[in-house]
Amino acid sequence: MNTNPPVTDWVHDWDHTDPQWTEDPFPIWDQLRTTSPIVHTDRYLGCYLPTTYEAVRAIANDTEHFSSRRIIVRNVRPENPAPTPPITSDPPYHKPAKQLLLPPFTPDAMKKLEPRARAICNELIDKFINDKSVDAAAHYSKHIPVRVIAHMLGIPEDDGHLFIKWIHEILELGIHDQETLVRAATEMRDYFIVHVEDRKKHPTDDLISVMLNAKTKDGEPLSPEHVIGSLRLLLIAGIDTTWSGIGSSMWHLAKTPADRKRLVADPALIPTAIEEFLRAYSPVTMAREVMKETTVSGCPVKAGNMVLLSFPAANRDPAMFPDADKVIIDRKENRHAAFGLGIHRCVGSNLARMEMQVAVEEWLKRIPEFSLDPKQRVTWSEGTVRGPRRLPLILGAA
Amino acid sequence: MAGKLKVRVDPDKCQGHARCKSLATELFELDEFGNAHEIGDGTVPAGLEDKAWLAKSNCPELAIDIIEE
Repeated sequence: MNTNPPVTDWVHDWDHTDPQWTEDPFPIWDQLRTTSPIVHTDRYLGCYLPTTYEAVRAIANDTEHFSSRRIIVRNVRPENPAPTPPITSDPPYHKPAKQLLLPPFTPDAMKKLEPRARAICNELIDKFINDKSVDAAAHYSKHIPVRVIAHMLGIPEDDGHLFIKWIHEILELGIHDQETLVRAATEMRDYFIVHVEDRKKHPTDDLISVMLNAKTKDGEPLSPEHVIGSLRLLLIAGIDTTWSGIGSSMWHLAKTPADRKRLVADPALIPTAIEEFLRAYSPVTMAREVMKETTVSGCPVKAGNMVLLSFPAANRDPAMFPDADKVIIDRKENRHAAFGLGIHRCVGSNLARMEMQVAVEEWLKRIPEFSLDPKQRVTWSEGTVRGPRRLPLILGAA
Repeated sequence: MAGKLKVRVDPDKCQGHARCKSLATELFELDEFGNAHEIGDGTVPAGLEDKAWLAKSNCPELAIDIIEE
C-alpha cells in the first residue's frame, strides 16, 4: 500500500506515486522543468528526476555512470534477487543478451503476427459491439497485448488473468511492498519452469523454444536463470505497457471528436497519430542507479541515488517539441523517446506499434462514434507504467 | 533544382527504432536484428527527397545523415 505522505513541495520532495502525479502529471513536469533540468527527492532513499529531453538522453546514453541493474524506483533497495536480462544488464553483458531477443521482434516478424492481432481485436469487439457502453480498458485494451504475447511465448492465452495479477503486484504494489514483489516473481518463475520443461521435451518455434535453443558466444546454452529471467521480462514488459498505450489512444479519441472523425475518414493517418499518442501519453518510465558521481545538464549527480528516467516528461519538453503540450495527430517531426533512447531501446517497440495501430484501426472501423461516459471516472495506473485502468465509454452517437 | 541527396545511417548510433524503414521503405532496410542501413550507396532517387528528410527528422537516435552533393 502507498503510505507515502502527500507532496506539498514538488521541487524538493517530488513523488511519482503521489495521487496528483498519477491523475495528471503533465503540469507537475512543466513546473519542475522551468525550475531545473534535474530535481531531487529524499524519498525512495534518494532519487533524481531529469525533466528535459536533453538530460534524459544524456543519462540514457551514459552507461558508465548510470547502471540498469535496478530499473524500478522502489521504497526499498534490496539486492536484486532475479535479474531479467537484457533490461537489467549493463555493458558488456547487455549486447549479447539483447541480440538473442531481437530477431523475433523485427517489423517483418510482426507482420506475420498481425492477422492474429486483428482477429483478437475483433473477437473482443464482438462481445460488446451491441452494448451502449463499455469499459474499454478492462474489456479491450488490456486483452490485446496479453493474448498476443501469450501467443508468441507459446503459453495459454487464457492464463491472462494470472499475468495481469503478477504485473500489478510487481510494477505497482511492489513499489511499496517487497514481500508481494518477491512472491509474484517466485510465482512467475514457477509458472515458466513448467513450460520450459515441457518445451525441452516438445520443442516448437515459440519464444520459449527460441530461448532454450539460444547459445552464449562460447557456444553454451543459456543458464536456467537467464532463460527464466528473459521470459519473465517479455511477459511483464509486453503487457501493461501496450495496454496503456492503446488505452491512452482510445481515451484521447473519446474526448477529441475532431481527431476521431479525422482518423475515421483518413485511416492512412493512423500510424502518424499513433506516434503522437506515444509521444504525448508515453506509458513507460524507467530507472537507473547512479554508480559514479557526474554532472548532467550542469547539475551534479551523486552515487547511491536512483534516477527516475522519465521518457514521458522528456517527450513533453517544449525545447525539443514545438507545442509540446498539444496533441497534433499529423506531427511531421517526432523524435519521441517513448521506447527509450540508447542501448536499452525497447525490444518490443515494433510489436507495440503494430498492436496499437491494429487496435485503433479495428475499433474505428466498427465503432466510429464513441465518447467518454460523463457519469463515470477514468482511473490511471500508478508508478512505472501510465495508462487508463478504467475507461468507461459510451458507444455510438451521444 | 537542388543537387542529389544521399542518406547514410551511422551504425554506432542506430538502435533499431525502425522509424526510417517505416517512413521511407525505398531508402532503408533492416538487418536480422532490426538495425537499419541505407539501401545501396544511399542515393535518393528523384521524387523521394521528402521521404529522406522525413526519415531523418523522426530518428530518435540522430543516426541519419543526409549529404547534399
